[in-house]
Amino acid sequence: MAAGDTATIARLVTENENEILPEWINLQKQAGALQTGRIKETELQTQSREFLHLLRDGLAKGGNDATHASYGPARQFLGDVSRSRALQGFSPTETATFVFSLKQPLFNTMNRDKTMSPAALAKMTWDITLLLDELGLNTFEAYQKTREEVILRQQREIAELSTPVVKLWDGILALPVIGTLDSARTQVVMENLLQHIVDEGAAIAIIDITGVPTVDTLTAQHLLKTVSAARLMGAECIISGIRPQIAQTIVHLGVELNVVSKATLADAFAIALKQTGRSVTKVKAVAEKADNRASEKGN
Amino acid sequence: MDRIPILKLGNALLVTIQVDMHDRLATALEQDLTDKIVTLGAKGVLIDISALEIVDSFIGRMLDNIAAVSRILDADTVVVGMRPAVAITLVELGLSLSGVKTALNVERGMALISQKAEAEDGHADGED
Repeated sequence: MAAGDTATIARLVTENENEILPEWINLQKQAGALQTGRIKETELQTQSREFLHLLRDGLAKGGNDATHASYGPARQFLGDVSRSRALQGFSPTETATFVFSLKQPLFNTMNRDKTMSPAALAKMTWDITLLLDELGLNTFEAYQKTREEVILRQQREIAELSTPVVKLWDGILALPVIGTLDSARTQVVMENLLQHIVDEGAAIAIIDITGVPTVDTLTAQHLLKTVSAARLMGAECIISGIRPQIAQTIVHLGVELNVVSKATLADAFAIALKQTGRSVTKVKAVAEKADNRASEKGN
Repeated sequence: MDRIPILKLGNALLVTIQVDMHDRLATALEQDLTDKIVTLGAKGVLIDISALEIVDSFIGRMLDNIAAVSRILDADTVVVGMRPAVAITLVELGLSLSGVKTALNVERGMALISQKAEAEDGHADGED
């Protein structure tokens, strides 16, 4: 493929830039690029102009092969645009329209040039179609990749957020587990808990499973693993927050939970305090004061 | 190094493992420890493995063996300072070391042993 044909297009683009650009931007507006208010008109204009220039530079020597090195900057720019649009919440169609809507203004420009033979015109049309389709696919790939990155990041964040280790008292930690416990999460939970036991020098860890919707044999096994690991490090585990249905399920499944278990976190905390030689008592003074006040009023 | 030092601390023995354990070293330690418990009449054995980064099933079994032997000789075994990664590995290997007592650090391990000794003393006093 001789670069000569596309070089002609490049020349045409340079000569007619002032017509192509407004037409293209208008088409994008019609397609609803500005409707959602996620992007400003000036930004759209800047992006369009820059891409047109980059494309023209590529056309001057690149031929109709979009993977050619001379289209590198154009591809790079498109990747950036679609990445930012994916993050801004544009739909796939809206993102892809940016490239595809450039076809019509380019074709119109070629049609207006009366010096060209029909054969040359057809060849040029084909070149541009090929090129813009390829670039459009690139755009889409970049868009998709960004979305996947977002999803991955969110998954990681959820995994981290849902396994906080809280310090209830000196040497007493609590781990409220929320959501289903699968193998991957158990690993994170376990490592998290054990590291906190070391950092805090905790003697007792309470694993609260109020937020675990179902407990099957696998979940129970994971729980027991965590408990054993904590015991090996020298900390005792208490499991709390076992709901009535879950208690029934565990018994029906024949799973033996050979650990101290309590119905609520409060009960578990009370036991933990007792084991570390502490107790919670009512401050009598408050009650007596209230009584005194009542009697004074009576007098 | 072909021997791990065993230190006497009150009525307990303290073993600090600071090198990578290979199998022969583990067997030698088991032997030495058994001898020392008998000769010194120790009531507890503290094994500090806070510097141990790698354990395999053999070391796990060694710890279990030491605990079983000491129990027969009336001494409590406390494993202290196990690292999180080591604990996870042992659990994944299926070794929960159920016969071994554990503590977070040497201080607490000592407390555990002296607590037991006091309880026994109290018991003996009561019988008198």
